[in-house]
Amino acid sequence: MPHKVVSLISVGRHPQSGRSRRAEQDSRAVELGLKLAGTDLDVVHAGNTEEPTLRQYAGMGLPSVTVLEQDEKADAVESLQSYLQSEKVDIVLTGVRAESGESSGMTPYLLAESLGWPMVSRVADIVEVKDGEAQVLLALPRGQRRQVTVKLPFIASIDNAAQAARQSAFGPGLRAKMEAQQGSESVDEIRLNWEEVPAKARPKRLKVVKAKTAADRFKAATAKPQGGSGKVMKNESVEEKAKAIFDLLVEEKVIR
Amino acid sequence: MSDIIRRDPRAEWIMRNRLHPLHDQYVSQEEGGEVRGPSGLIRKFPHKVGFIGPNGIKRIDRLKGNSSAPQGRRSSAAQEVQLPLHTVANPDYYIMVAADMVGGRLTSHDKDILGLAHKLIAEEGGNGAVVAVCFGEVKEEHFDTAGADRVLHIEGEEFEGYAPEARMQALAQVESQYTVKHWLFPDSIHGGCDLASRLAARLGERPATQAWQVNAEQAVSRGASASLDITRKTPKILMLLEECADAIDETRHEATPLTLETFSVAAPTITDQGLMDVDPNAIPLGEAEFILSAGNGIHNWDQFHEAAKVLGATEGASRVAVDDGFMPRFRQVGATGTWVTARVYVAVGISGAIQHMQGIGQVDKVVAINTDAGCDMVKRAALSVIGDSEEILAELMKLVAEHKQTSLSDQAEENSNAA
Repeated sequence: MPHKVVSLISVGRHPQSGRSRRAEQDSRAVELGLKLAGTDLDVVHAGNTEEPTLRQYAGMGLPSVTVLEQDEKADAVESLQSYLQSEKVDIVLTGVRAESGESSGMTPYLLAESLGWPMVSRVADIVEVKDGEAQVLLALPRGQRRQVTVKLPFIASIDNAAQAARQSAFGPGLRAKMEAQQGSESVDEIRLNWEEVPAKARPKRLKVVKAKTAADRFKAATAKPQGGSGKVMKNESVEEKAKAIFDLLVEEKVIR
Repeated sequence: MSDIIRRDPRAEWIMRNRLHPLHDQYVSQEEGGEVRGPSGLIRKFPHKVGFIGPNGIKRIDRLKGNSSAPQGRRSSAAQEVQLPLHTVANPDYYIMVAADMVGGRLTSHDKDILGLAHKLIAEEGGNGAVVAVCFGEVKEEHFDTAGADRVLHIEGEEFEGYAPEARMQALAQVESQYTVKHWLFPDSIHGGCDLASRLAARLGERPATQAWQVNAEQAVSRGASASLDITRKTPKILMLLEECADAIDETRHEATPLTLETFSVAAPTITDQGLMDVDPNAIPLGEAEFILSAGNGIHNWDQFHEAAKVLGATEGASRVAVDDGFMPRFRQVGATGTWVTARVYVAVGISGAIQHMQGIGQVDKVVAINTDAGCDMVKRAALSVIGDSEEILAELMKLVAEHKQTSLSDQAEENSNAA
């Protein structure tokens, strides 16, 4: 029995130009969804049907995109929740953080909490879905991977380590159908009170020297970076040299 | 003995006061005092003018002639500085800091957040205490100087390894047991962000994510992929970016342990299957932990690739090796290529051009294998081996192969013993 997979998409923002685009992680979620469910993948967006970015997602080979029509100020979680409850969904894929709006990354967590489903964050790949369970690879720092087993249905947020999204084709994107549904109308009241300004550069932390005496300050200001070079092995035999390197690698735990 | 130069004001005063009964004695003690020339004029020796003050700067006392270096320097033994202890008895509220504890130790990110917690208490007033909440194995010994008034170490098999659901339930239990004013989390990929989001969803609080400027009233956080600054009232749950505040460094704290009442943890829906073996060459060079890098000194490239495979290292290269076509461009380390963050970097046949040294600036341990003992890489390296790289790599591969063999047979023995 094929599993029902839903990918949630949002409007991205190009980091340099600021133009709207396919969001990096959301398009990876669509890519993973296409891998799991093929063209049966259901792609859902809460927002405006006329948004041209949705065509860029559709150009990845989607026959249609479901749009839960709602205002920009409305809360997306409510409409997504009622949509997911009405459909019989097994896997929901999202990005870790949206590239527009608050980008708190809370949407999948709030959905998981209200639906009572498990939530796995920073997924690199879904290896296998079998017997009501999925084998999921999580992306850890330094390129490491952890495998976990999750019961269906579940929500996964897709990390940048997942497979990159395929190229979007313009023509098929234009031809894709936008299936509009009524979304929620409740306005996100809390957000109205926030003050939003373009981000200013964060100050770099200065190296503050808390010296009690002027001599200490002088020493700190003129101290050369520690140039004490390490151990140099010159006249030892090849075996001893290799052994020294090997011991260091074992001590640093890079060789197991 | 400390090397701090101390002035002796009494000796200086005697030196200045020619009518003092001890004046002659003090002056004669000093070398190069008053010297009269052949014509009877007082000759000054300009290099002897003045004295070195207590802060290491030369001082010239122009008040009373040319007073010279004070006599009878006194110096006190250097004392181990004991930082003042900050105590909080019967706190009215707590600020919980759920530390990442990567490798069982507080990260610098965690310490910054502990510092921020104290800043919040100072601004809000009242009798508040900062609690470091940690899970799993804890190797940290300096909770006191990091600024933890209390330490809540939540132990148990169900919280070990990857267990975000159980940990979130534990934090929810903490919330119900203690009066918590704020929850502070590091907004990091080490699990802090994940745990905070789960807790926020459970408690129904709206968190501030990627917050970087926080005081008792207002929190400024990044939004829209770091292109917006959102200012809002400081919420209960905060996920903080790195360098959000300064770490504690002038006080000591109690770090007394807190306890958590036992509670039942719901059966996990996510089960951990452990870490996977990753092909080291599939890891992006910028985040690889262990890099074997090749330069102009490599002649046997097959052996180099073999060595990287045996050692389980990610391959890197210097610009020369890339330009000569031995390595692909994306493997280049340095100013034009990738700036690496590895923990261990083995540079084989790389002499260390400045552009390359920039690229390895963040590396902890550098090992150099080179024929030239005077090159820059040897100066930077923690261990340098001077010799032919081909022989050394061959010997190293032999050692690693033996090591793997023995560890495998050890495992096999353990397994047979267990069975």
